[in-house]
Amino acid sequence: MKILVPVKRVLDYNVKPRVKADGTGVDLANVKMSMNPFDEIGVEEAIRLKEKGVATEIVAVSVGPAKAQETLRTALAMGADRAILVQTDDEVEPLALAKIFKAIADAEAPGLVILGKQAIDGDNNQTGQMLAALTGWAQGTFASAVNVEGDHVSVTREVDGGLETVKLKLPAIVTTDLRLNEPRYASLPNIMKAKSKPLDTKTPADYGVDTAPRVKTVKVSEPPVRSAGVKVADVDDLVAKLKAIGVHS
Amino acid sequence: MTNPGMDADIYDAFIEQLQRYVRERLIPAEDQLEELGRVPDDILAEMRDMGLFGVTMPEQYGGAGMNISQYVGFIREIAYASPAYRSIVSINIGMVCKSLLGFGTEQQKEYWLPKLATGSIAAFGLTEPDSGSDSAAMKTRAVRDGNGYVLNGTKRYITNAPFADMILVMARTNAEPLPKNAHVSAFLVPRDAPGVSIGKPDGKMGQAGSQIADVILEDVHVDGDALLGGEEGIGFRAAMQSLDNGRLSVAAASVGYAKRMLDAGLKYAMERKAFGEPIANFQLIQAMLADSKAEIYAADCMLNDACARADRGEKILVEAAATKMFASEMCGRVADRVVQIHGGAGYLKEYLAERFYRDCRIYRIYEGTTQIQQLVIAKNMIRDYAG
Ligand SMILES: Cc1cc2nc3c(=O)[nH]c(=O)nc-3n(C[C@H](O)[C@H](O)[C@H](O)COP(=O)(O)OP(=O)(O)OC[C@H]3O[C@@H](n4cnc5c(N)ncnc54)[C@H](O)[C@@H]3O)c2cc1C
Ligand SMILES: Cc1cc2nc3c(=O)[nH]c(=O)nc-3n(C[C@H](O)[C@H](O)[C@H](O)COP(=O)(O)OP(=O)(O)OC[C@H]3O[C@@H](n4cnc5c(N)ncnc54)[C@H](O)[C@@H]3O)c2cc1C
Repeated sequence: MKILVPVKRVLDYNVKPRVKADGTGVDLANVKMSMNPFDEIGVEEAIRLKEKGVATEIVAVSVGPAKAQETLRTALAMGADRAILVQTDDEVEPLALAKIFKAIADAEAPGLVILGKQAIDGDNNQTGQMLAALTGWAQGTFASAVNVEGDHVSVTREVDGGLETVKLKLPAIVTTDLRLNEPRYASLPNIMKAKSKPLDTKTPADYGVDTAPRVKTVKVSEPPVRSAGVKVADVDDLVAKLKAIGVHS
Repeated sequence: MTNPGMDADIYDAFIEQLQRYVRERLIPAEDQLEELGRVPDDILAEMRDMGLFGVTMPEQYGGAGMNISQYVGFIREIAYASPAYRSIVSINIGMVCKSLLGFGTEQQKEYWLPKLATGSIAAFGLTEPDSGSDSAAMKTRAVRDGNGYVLNGTKRYITNAPFADMILVMARTNAEPLPKNAHVSAFLVPRDAPGVSIGKPDGKMGQAGSQIADVILEDVHVDGDALLGGEEGIGFRAAMQSLDNGRLSVAAASVGYAKRMLDAGLKYAMERKAFGEPIANFQLIQAMLADSKAEIYAADCMLNDACARADRGEKILVEAAATKMFASEMCGRVADRVVQIHGGAGYLKEYLAERFYRDCRIYRIYEGTTQIQQLVIAKNMIRDYAG
């Protein structure tokens, strides 16, 4: 079974994002970028399935600028077998991404596509679900456990109020949650080996996908600074304060 | 001839992984490391898997082929965590592999380097009870015996000795001192060779996660092929060349640890309030932060320059001595200031500042004390003046 793992290059999770002065977006000039943490979990899960003998090949895919090659090389160094870069400098929205992944899935015929539940930049949480709709494949989102049994995969999902396990027929779409696994570090020898693993470069047009945006960003701004709290003397004081601001009558 | 080292993009990708590994694994394991008195087994296994022991080794021996600049950059990152992690890799890489690469026979390289690159632990035995700074005055003897040698003597303060798989032992093959210290030879001694015993680990001021002990050699028979380079008299040269490397490694360790301390000092200064405001607002605290930042930057620049020179094939005796001296003294000043910024908390075990202060004190002592670096620098100045 082949596994397709989309990976996105995003602002590193340790970097404090800064909004550009003109309010058009987040400033990405000279800041550290790395693989979306949820995608790292996806790569790790695919590698574990391969180590268990369930998967035979792992294909990492990234849609993004030329620099996204580095992110793919990281996936290859972790243990993916080959990579596809769909190169574009445009901001690609979830629907267009899902269409590209659908086209790749048609060509590659994977048994599983493992995506992050969201990317930490846009926090959209849409691509996996849209891909499931376009392919007509079953989906198990927010996975905290993935087990392939024969022609099915059971996915334990983190939902409000607890865990839910769904059994899906393969091929299927899985999106990862944080507790699914702890991704490995790429070792120096594997980083060296990754350099000679195949990496194909394509464009969205190769897949017949138009990436023109459908959503217009009006303005990006810093979140408001939280104002300092106030100490209340006792319950009566608290009630009086709440009444004063109108949340308690 | 410039040594380009490994590909820059591979190196950068590795450093990125290493920085995360240091912050997510090595630092959280520090308390366990201190308690155990050594690097925990699971962490050591990970460090081996990560390829950390083979970074400078040529690819043909299973390494990654880093040049000196890259190696020192690697040490700077790993030294952001407890110095014990650096100790376990740098004796292998900086001292023993370096000696083997520079002076070993092809057969010795083929036998030892792949083992060391995959994490067999090495120790470097130069110091003795009666000779430290004056290391050429060593007493340990190697006497020819047929094809091989018989070694007798005691090596003192030997890092990693309690868990080493092999020890590079410097010993005299000549009873009388010879010009250029040609009475010293070096031997590749397996830890389990009959007659080798390791003393009780010494109690130390800091770096509880690293161990030192005596290495006692009693009628240790080694084959002729244990003699480094198959040649008598090159032991001192090999040791001194390793020390050049070792000095850059200690300088890098000083810079890496000073950065960690200053990060902790800044965080504390931002969070701790006195007289109604964060102490970072007080100019006297700011002076300590600023001086530390500037001195770290200076040491970093010295390191980069010394490494670039070494990679261009220049001799860096003076630069290595100056960088080691400045960086280790700087690290001591930063440690002292960071304790001071912490106020009473800086004196308590509960806060890291106290451990940092003890851990880094040794940087001014081993691989040549500050005074020995001053001697090296001044001697060269005087010699150059005299022409
Ligand atoms: C934690 C630790 C780990 C170590 N690891 C190793 C190891 O792995 N392998 C190894 O071989 N050694 C190791 N050493 C030994 C270390 O290298 C020596 O301690 C160091 O070189 C100093 O030697 P010494 O202790 O004999 O001091 P001494 O040489 O006795 O020096 C005492 C003082 O005299 C000063 N001094 C000496 N000569 C002069 C001079 N000519 N002019 C001015 N001042 C002078 C010194 O600067 C120092 O202040 C380690 C030591 C420690 C503490
Ligand atoms: C071993 C030990 C024994 C002690 N014994 C006693 C005891 O018996 N009785 C007792 O009452 N206390 C005792 N103390 C407390 C000790 O007196 C305080 O720790 C000390 O006064 C510093 O206060 P602090 O720790 O709150 O540091 P802070 O006041 O928080 O100071 C932190 C840092 O900020 C600096 N700073 C603070 N204000 C300013 C400013 N305006 N401008 C510039 N810099 C500033 C300080 O110099 C210091 O570098 C003891 C402490 C220790 C560690």
